Amino acid sequence: MPPSDRTLFYEFKKGLLLENPVAVMLLGMCSSLAVTNQIKNSLAMGLAVVFVTIASSALVSMVRKLVPGGVRIATYIVIISGFVTLADLFFKAFFPDISKTLGPYVPLIVVNCIIMARAEVFAAKHPVAASVADAVGMGVGYTWVLLVIGAIREVLGSGSIFGLAILSENVFKPWVVMVLPPGAFLTLGFLIGFINYIKSRKEGIE
Amino acid sequence: MRVILIFISAALVNNFVLAYFLGLCPFLGVSKRFDTALNMGLATTFVTTLTAVTTWLINRYLLVEYNLLFLQNVTFILAIAALVQLVEMFIKKTSIALYRSLGIYLPLITTNCIVLGLALFAVTREYTFMESVFFGAGAGVGFTIALIIMSGIREELEFADVPKVLQGAPITLLMAGMLALAFMGFAGLLSV
Repeated sequence: MPPSDRTLFYEFKKGLLLENPVAVMLLGMCSSLAVTNQIKNSLAMGLAVVFVTIASSALVSMVRKLVPGGVRIATYIVIISGFVTLADLFFKAFFPDISKTLGPYVPLIVVNCIIMARAEVFAAKHPVAASVADAVGMGVGYTWVLLVIGAIREVLGSGSIFGLAILSENVFKPWVVMVLPPGAFLTLGFLIGFINYIKSRKEGIE
Repeated sequence: MRVILIFISAALVNNFVLAYFLGLCPFLGVSKRFDTALNMGLATTFVTTLTAVTTWLINRYLLVEYNLLFLQNVTFILAIAALVQLVEMFIKKTSIALYRSLGIYLPLITTNCIVLGLALFAVTREYTFMESVFFGAGAGVGFTIALIIMSGIREELEFADVPKVLQGAPITLLMAGMLALAFMGFAGLLSV
């Protein structure tokens, strides 16, 4: 469909599944694997990314006509790292324990390809409202994948969810490997495989 | 002695790709063939070492000196981008052959999280100058090792019968998981 027919809702919706940044486009893998050993960390990271994506997409879209093409990437980097610093300082001030567990992965949002990709591919070419809708969709799409990975790893790896034990030690021995690095790779691998499976079945029906 | 421990720890025990999940985009993107993996690894090692030097100096003599630590992210990422650009120009002037083999990978390295990650790790761990340099080199070497092993596996995988839904990214991630398991075996090697 031509761009003018696309509604704001469409821009929002495509980030959820069709063009999901983590599961389909494989962007922003570093953070999505590193911080997802607990669902709490996933949530914090997801919210930080939602904030930075929305804020930087909006600002990039506002200044898109003022920035000369040659320096646009550098401009985006400065804008994004400004907002990331805000998020980082916010965590440090109000949630020091979360800031400690997330460690350098919050500042590393700067090089998270999702935000850069949205700035370059979308916000630089579209008006503010559409860019914000797109950013919200991408941010939420990123967050739900992170939450799913976090939930799977926390339940299988420590038998708890949000830090509350749901599986008793006698019934289920936690798989420690799931909270360690290999578990992250395996979970995401199977998750993407599962999404591919659903997509291939859908295409088969249609 | 401590610098050697830091080097080994960054390269093997706490491998940046397999333990810290940094630099996954190039790890998945350019690990399809052995020679590209090797070139990418060498280019990255070069940049990580230089970055460790530069960011240490900036942090010590600019940010700490004038109490500007909140500007860390902004200055580090700009320093890295400028550094990569300079390296690219320098290589282009001095060695055309080297430029041909590394050239296209250099711009990609700016967005490699390893580079910014190691700068931030070196600051939070309060490494001295020499320690930072070895830490940077170790990070690059560790990335190269992971990339080369992965490219070897993926070249073999071309002949394997992978289920259709797992082809591409999923199977690569599953193999990275196995590789990470194997690298956990290095954990007992040293205690730093």
